[in-house]
This record gives sequence, C-alpha cells and structure tokens, in this order.
Amino acid sequence: MDRELILAVSGITCRYPGARRDILLDVSLEVRAGEFHAVLGPNGSGKTTLVRAALGLVQPIKGQANILGRPASAWGRRDLARVVGVLPQREDNLFPQRVRETVLLGRYPHLSLFGGVRVADRAAVERALVACDAADLADRWLWTLSGGEYQRVRLARALAQEPKLLVLDEPTTSLDLRHDMELFELVRGLVDAHGLGAILITHHVNLAARFADRVLLLAGGRAAAGGAPAQVLTREVVERVFAWPVAITRFDGRPQMTPLRKKEDHP
Amino acid sequence: MKYVLLAVTALVTLAAAVLLGPADVPLGDIVASPIVWQLRLPRAVLAFLVGGALGVSGVGLQALVRNPLADPFLLGLSGGAGLGAVAAIALNLPGPWALPLAAFVGAVGAMALVYRLGLIGGAELDPRVLLLAGVAVGAFAAAVTTALVSLAEATELRNAFLWLWGGFSGASWTTVLVFVVYAPLPLVVLAAAARPLDLLALGEEPARYLGADVRTLKRLVYLAASLLTAAAVAVAGVIGFVGLIVPHLCRLVWGRLHRTLFPTAFLAGGILLAAADTLARTVVAPRELPVGIVTALLGVPVFAFLLRRWTVS
Repeated sequence: MDRELILAVSGITCRYPGARRDILLDVSLEVRAGEFHAVLGPNGSGKTTLVRAALGLVQPIKGQANILGRPASAWGRRDLARVVGVLPQREDNLFPQRVRETVLLGRYPHLSLFGGVRVADRAAVERALVACDAADLADRWLWTLSGGEYQRVRLARALAQEPKLLVLDEPTTSLDLRHDMELFELVRGLVDAHGLGAILITHHVNLAARFADRVLLLAGGRAAAGGAPAQVLTREVVERVFAWPVAITRFDGRPQMTPLRKKEDHP
Repeated sequence: MKYVLLAVTALVTLAAAVLLGPADVPLGDIVASPIVWQLRLPRAVLAFLVGGALGVSGVGLQALVRNPLADPFLLGLSGGAGLGAVAAIALNLPGPWALPLAAFVGAVGAMALVYRLGLIGGAELDPRVLLLAGVAVGAFAAAVTTALVSLAEATELRNAFLWLWGGFSGASWTTVLVFVVYAPLPLVVLAAAARPLDLLALGEEPARYLGADVRTLKRLVYLAASLLTAAAVAVAGVIGFVGLIVPHLCRLVWGRLHRTLFPTAFLAGGILLAAADTLARTVVAPRELPVGIVTALLGVPVFAFLLRRWTVS
C-alpha cells in the first residue's frame, strides 16, 4: 500500500446514448505506480469504453473514476495528458510525418500557447526514443515503418508526455510473434525501470498471464474476474468468458491457456 | 533558405504590382506619383492581405474538416455572400459600402447556419455533418439568390455578378485599414490553435488523449477561419482556389506543422493574389478581369494536379 494510487475506477456503469444495454456495468479497477495491468475480454466486452470512462472521455451514468484522487471529469485535457499517456486503438495519418516530429507531439501538454520547443522538450523526446528502442528510427518517415516499429514510436510519443500511467489499447493487433514479445517486454521494462503504472488491453491471454501483475477479465461489460493471473485465469472462468473449451497449464509459474479442438481434445 | 525566398518573392510581387499598369509611371516619379500612392499601392497591399487571409483560412478549415481538399468557401460562405450581394442590389441599398456589407452579412449568416447545423444532435462539428450542412445552406442561398435575380434589373445584376467574382478595383487605404483592424483577432486565434491542430490530424480521440480540448478547438477554428473568409469576401468578393491550393503547396514545401503552415500560407497566399490581381488589371488593359477568374484559370490545373497526386498516393 506504499505505492502511489494513480487510477481508481469504482463501480462505473456506462451506456452510450440511444443504446439499449449498458456497455459497462459496475466495473472497478485500481492501478498503482509500478503495476502492469492487463485487460482481457472478447470483442465488445467494454475494454475500450473502460479506458474512455476512466480518462473522462465518456461520462459514466454510475460510479466514479479518480485520477490522483481527482475525478476524471474535473481534469483539463492538458493537465491529464501530463499524467496519463494513451495509445488509442486507431489514429489517422493524414499527412506524411517523420518519427521525431511524431514523438514531439507528445510534448504538447508541456508547451505554452505561443512558446517554442525548449531544450528540455527535445531531451525528453530523445529519452523517450531511446527508452522505446526507437532512436535509430528518429529520422524515418512514419509510413516507412513496420507495424512493430510504428507501435514503438507511438509508445515513445506517450512516454514523451512524461506520464505516471501508460494505457495501450490493443497495441499488438496484427503484429507477429517477435514484435508482440518486444512490445510486452518493453512495457514490462518501463513499468519496472520507471515505476510507471500500465494498463494494456489485449487479446493475448497467454502473454497477459506471463507479463502482467494483475488481470481484469471483462465479459459483456461486467468484470468476470480480476486479480493475479493465477487466480483469474482458471479453466472455468476462461471457458465462460470466451465461450470456448480450453486447457490451463503452467509455465514458469504462470497459467497458460490452450484452446481445445471441439471434438478430438475434449475430455 | 526557403523562407528567405518566400519573403523576397513577396517583396518582388508587391514591387511588380506597383510598377506595372496601364498608365506609364516613370521610375523616377514612383515615390511622388498619386497613381502609385492612391491606386496601385493600396490595391496591391489589399490583394496581398486578402490572399494571405484566404491562405490562412484554408489551412485552418482543411485541418478542421480533416480533408486536404477543402476550400474556405466550401461551407456555404460563397452562397451566403452571393445572396447578400444580390439582395443589396435588388433592394437598392444606397452607398458604396452597401454591397460589401451585405455580402459580409450574408457570409456570416451562412456561417452561423452551418455552425448551428453542425452542432445538431451532439454532432460537435463532425466534418461530414459540416460538409453536408455547407452544401445544403449553399443550395438554399443559391435558390433565394436566383429568385431575387428573376425580379431585378439586368444591368445592376451584372455589377453584382462581376463583383462576386472578385476584384480590387475599389481598393483604397480605407479598405486596407478596415481589413488591418479586423483581421488580427481571427489570425491570433488561429495561430494559438496551431499546435492542437497538429494533434487533431491524428483524430479526435488521440488529440484529446494528447491534451487538446477538441470541442473548444473546433469551434474557435471554425469561427475564426470563417470570419476571416467573410472579411475577404466583403472587401474583394469570392476569390476561389487561393485558400485551396496555397495550403496544399505550403504543405508540400514546409511539411504539415501548423506553426509553419500558417505564416507561410499567409505569405504564399498574399503573393499569389497580388500577382493574380496584377495580371487581372494588365492583360486586357484598360479593361479588367475579375481576379477570381484569374485565380480559377490558374488554380484549376493546379487543383487537377493535386487531386491526381492525392488519389494516387
């Protein structure tokens, strides 16, 4: 309990205007400094909405989200961007841009209205590039990057915000094995080395189990289970949430899930 | 280096605008000539300022609707201005300022209507809603304009029609002064929006996570860019393509960051329109072409080239 409480979401319920059911129902989440949280769940289970509500982009109809003890809705976007860095699932690249310029966008919340980019801002950009193993990409055009490189650059941009909490929304979708692993290793390393809090939304149950300190499993907008990977990822829970038979084994002390073939493997 | 070139081109263009013209003014008499002081210089300065305003407005609106092929007049402003101008003629409003003022009121009215429609049902100036609202308001204004035309005297309408196509023959130091007093406020608002507009290019959600207050940003940029365009309409009529092509060319040369785009688009827009106006009043001298025709004749081929580039990439 000595670590700083960065994000406290308690019992939030969300419903989009005109929708018939709640997209989130009574979900809670606490993230402290130095903790790596993974959020798992099938498509449409409310993972992205949880982030939106936690960071004040969506107003919950019940419950509340506090960041550093202050309600999310009370934060200005600039102030909040100095505390939380987010890699949203989707973003556009309308115009060609170089990597260093892209990372510099992360300094926006630290810059004054008409002031220029200071030495400290340039230094923060270079630090972020190095931390994300992207220093050698700095002068490349964004559109020449591979999927994995692009995600590292976006992570560097979030780090340039100098946040206490990182939020990554499905950053490894469509990445290959090596880039998946590199990104998880990178986030784990940042959490351990800099004492950041991290929330990573992902479909990789096994990687989440191996890298995360805590796992939140969402199903149909409700928290199906939450806690240490070994407590959460039991056969009963995983089968119920993902609606598919699985076997759970152990590797390196962490649970690992193997989906079963419908006929042959089922006991 | 590119900046120096731009600044030098600006000065050369202004000098050419002052030196060239149907009346032959000997070089030695330039400083003393009333033709230069009372006619050519204010006209060149006004053309430069209006071109600059259109360039800046184009940069702002393209960033707002997140479409690099948008034009400041796209959102119903030209239709509103046309309605205002024709109404002034049809109603026989007196005085030299009646036409510009009516066009300004028409443009601002169209802007307000599009703005209001862009907020309906929590649309929050969604680009798609804005574009549709612009088309709808423009069509409505065109219908009312045509109704007025069918009722009015033909010769006067020719004047309104030609006036709408743009021109600086009425330029004076007074018009320059009006513009110089009016333009700084929207220009400063847009300059302040430069950095958050860079973020908006990523999309609204990423921009908000990076610290931009997108709601306020979009409203301010829309109002500032439209008011700038409306002022340009009032002093010079509807001059197309400057606000479309200048931002695009500047982006090609200077990249996409708005802190560079705004000042370079101002200079480049000024150069383009001052040059176009010099052409408009010299090629068929002593008669004059509406400057909007010159910018369209120059602009359409460039636009076709850009469109090709855009669809190929």
